[in-house]
Amino acid sequence: MGILEVQNVNKHFGGLHALNNVNLDVIEGSVHAIIGPNGAGKSTFLNCLIGKLAPDTGSVMFQGKPVLGKKPHEINQLGISRVFQTPEIFSDLTVFENVMIPCFAHRDGSFMMNAWKKVKCETDIREQAEQMLLDVNMQDKLHMEAASLSRGDKRRLEMAMCLSQNPKLLLLDEPTAGMARADTNATIDLLKHIGETRGITKVIIEHDMHVVFSLADTISVLAQGAIIAEGLPDDIKGHPKVREAYLGEAEV
Amino acid sequence: MLKYNDKVLMIVFAILVLTGPVILAPFGAGYPDLLQRFAIFGILAVGYNILFGLTGYLSFGHAAFLGVGSYSTVWMFKLLTMNIIPGMILAIIMSGLFALLIGFITLRRSGIYFSILTLAFAQMSYSLAYSVLTPITNGETGLQIRLADARILDPKNESGSLPSTNLFGFEMNDTWRTTFMGMDLQFNVGFYVCAVILIAAFYVSIRIFRSPFGLMLRAVKTNQNRLMYTGINTKPYTLAAFVISGMYAGLAGALLASMDPLAGAERMQWTESGSIVLMVILGGAGTLLGPVLGAGVIKYFEAIFSRINDNVLHGWFDFLPGFLETFMVWIIHPFVGKGWSLTLGAVFMIIVIFLPGGLMEGANRINKRFGKQKRGSADNAKAPAE
Repeated sequence: MGILEVQNVNKHFGGLHALNNVNLDVIEGSVHAIIGPNGAGKSTFLNCLIGKLAPDTGSVMFQGKPVLGKKPHEINQLGISRVFQTPEIFSDLTVFENVMIPCFAHRDGSFMMNAWKKVKCETDIREQAEQMLLDVNMQDKLHMEAASLSRGDKRRLEMAMCLSQNPKLLLLDEPTAGMARADTNATIDLLKHIGETRGITKVIIEHDMHVVFSLADTISVLAQGAIIAEGLPDDIKGHPKVREAYLGEAEV
Repeated sequence: MLKYNDKVLMIVFAILVLTGPVILAPFGAGYPDLLQRFAIFGILAVGYNILFGLTGYLSFGHAAFLGVGSYSTVWMFKLLTMNIIPGMILAIIMSGLFALLIGFITLRRSGIYFSILTLAFAQMSYSLAYSVLTPITNGETGLQIRLADARILDPKNESGSLPSTNLFGFEMNDTWRTTFMGMDLQFNVGFYVCAVILIAAFYVSIRIFRSPFGLMLRAVKTNQNRLMYTGINTKPYTLAAFVISGMYAGLAGALLASMDPLAGAERMQWTESGSIVLMVILGGAGTLLGPVLGAGVIKYFEAIFSRINDNVLHGWFDFLPGFLETFMVWIIHPFVGKGWSLTLGAVFMIIVIFLPGGLMEGANRINKRFGKQKRGSADNAKAPAE
C-alpha cells in the first residue's frame, strides 16, 4: 500500500483541462519522480497535494487519511513538506531562525501561545536547528540574514527547513533548477543521504534528467495533464510515448 | 542590526523614564501634562508596534481601543471608585474583547484590505459613540464625572467639589515642585504612575519580541505563505498580536482618563489612529525603543511648536534689523503655532525618505560610523607596531 494514493484527480482552469484523471501511488520510502514537458501540470499537481489548489474531483489519501479540503498547515502537520520552485524562505530572518521555526512547528503544533519563554532558552530546538544546518553544511552561515544568501544556499536552506520537521513525505519542485553542476551534484548527494538516514518518501518534479535518473526509484510521465507512462527509470528511458511527448511527433 | 543586551537596555530605559522630569525640563517639556502624555502615548506606541512592527499588519483603527479604554475607566470612576485600578482593569478587558471581535473579522484579509477594514471599524465605533450610544458615551459632550455619581466604594463626598482620581490615596494631580539650578522641576504622581506602567509595558514587549511567539510574528511579516506550508496556523498568531496591541491601547486610554477624568468620541477618530501609525514609523517600526521615541517626538512637536506664536518669534529675532526680523518671522510663521503639523509633516517626510527605518535607523547609523572610526583608529594604532 502506498503512503500517498492519488485517485482520478481532475482540475480545470477555465477551458484548460490542467489535470486529467491523474492517478498516482507513491510507495513508502521510495523516490518517485514526476517528469514532463513545460505546462504538463506538474506544479498544479503538487499544489493540489499541499492544499494550495482544490481539485475539481478525485481523492488524495495520505497514510489512509484524506488530504483534500484540509488547510495547508493541517496538511503539513500530517507530515507533508514542500520545497518550492523558487525558494520560499523567511528572508528577513537569520538562517538559524529560519530553521528554528519549522522545529517549533514540529514540536508545538500549529499554534502555541509561547510569548513569555525566551527563544534563547529553548535549548532542544536550538540544538536541533544547529544539527540540521550542520547536515546541510551551512553551519558557518548561522547568523547571516537569509536574504543575503546565494540562490543555491537559499534552496539548501529551504530543504533544511523542510527536513527539520522530519516529514514523512517530502515534495520537491525542481530542487536543482538554475543550479550550477557542482551544486546540483551536492543536492543529489544530500537527497540520497537523507533518503538513507531518515527514510523519507520523496516526490520530485524535475527537468534535469541527470538528477531524475540518479535519484528516482519510479518515474511517472505527465503530459497535457495526464499520466502517459509510469515505471522504472530504465523502462521510461526508451518508452515511445515519452519520446513523443518530449520531442514532438518527430517520427511521423 | 545592533545586538543589544536586553538587561542593559531595560535598565537604561527605566532610568531615562524615571528621570524624565529632570532630563526634559531644559527643553521646556518638564511639566506634568506633557510628561504624562509622553508616557501614555509611549505605551500606546509600544503596543501598536507588537502588531505593526512584528507582523506588518497596518491597523488604522487603534484609536477605537483608546476610546473604549477611556470610556470604561470613566464609567468605573462614576460607578465604583476614583481609584484608577478598577478602571484600568476594566479598560484592558473591554478593549481586549473589542479587539478580539474586530480582529476576528478584519484579519480575514491582509495588506491594504486589512487597513481599510480596521479604518472602517474605527470610524463606525466613532460614529456610534457620537450618536447611537449616547446613553453610554454621553455623545458629543463626552463622558464626565459628576457629584451625583454613585461611586459605591468611595466614602461619601461632602466637599461639594469633584473628587480627583487617585491610586490608594495618592492623587494623580499631586505635584511636588522644586527649583534646581534655575530650572523648575515638577515631580507629578500621575506621571510616575504612567512611567512605571510604561516601563512594565516595555518589559512585556521585550519578552514578546524575544519569545518563540515573537519569532512567529516576525515570520508572518516576512513570508506568511512559507509559514502556512510549515504547519503554522497564522491566524491565531496575528489575532493574538492584534488583541495584545488592542489591550495596550485600552490601557493607554485608561491612563488618559485617569489623568483627566473625561472621555470624548473625538479620541476615537481616524486622525488619532493615523498619529499612532506616524509615531511608530517615525521612531522605527519593529524596533524596541523606536516607538517610544516616535511618540515622544510627535507629542513634543504638538505641545511645543503649537505654542510658539508671533510674539515669541519676534523675541527670537529681536537682534536683527527691523525688516529682516519681519522677514524671518514671516518665513517661520506658517511652521509654528497653528501650523505645527506642517513642521511635523516635513520632518516625517525627511525621515521616511532618508531613514526608512525611522529614528532608530539614524541612531544605528551614527553608532556604526563611530564604531568604524574606533575600529579604524585601533587598526591604525596597530599598524606601526607590526
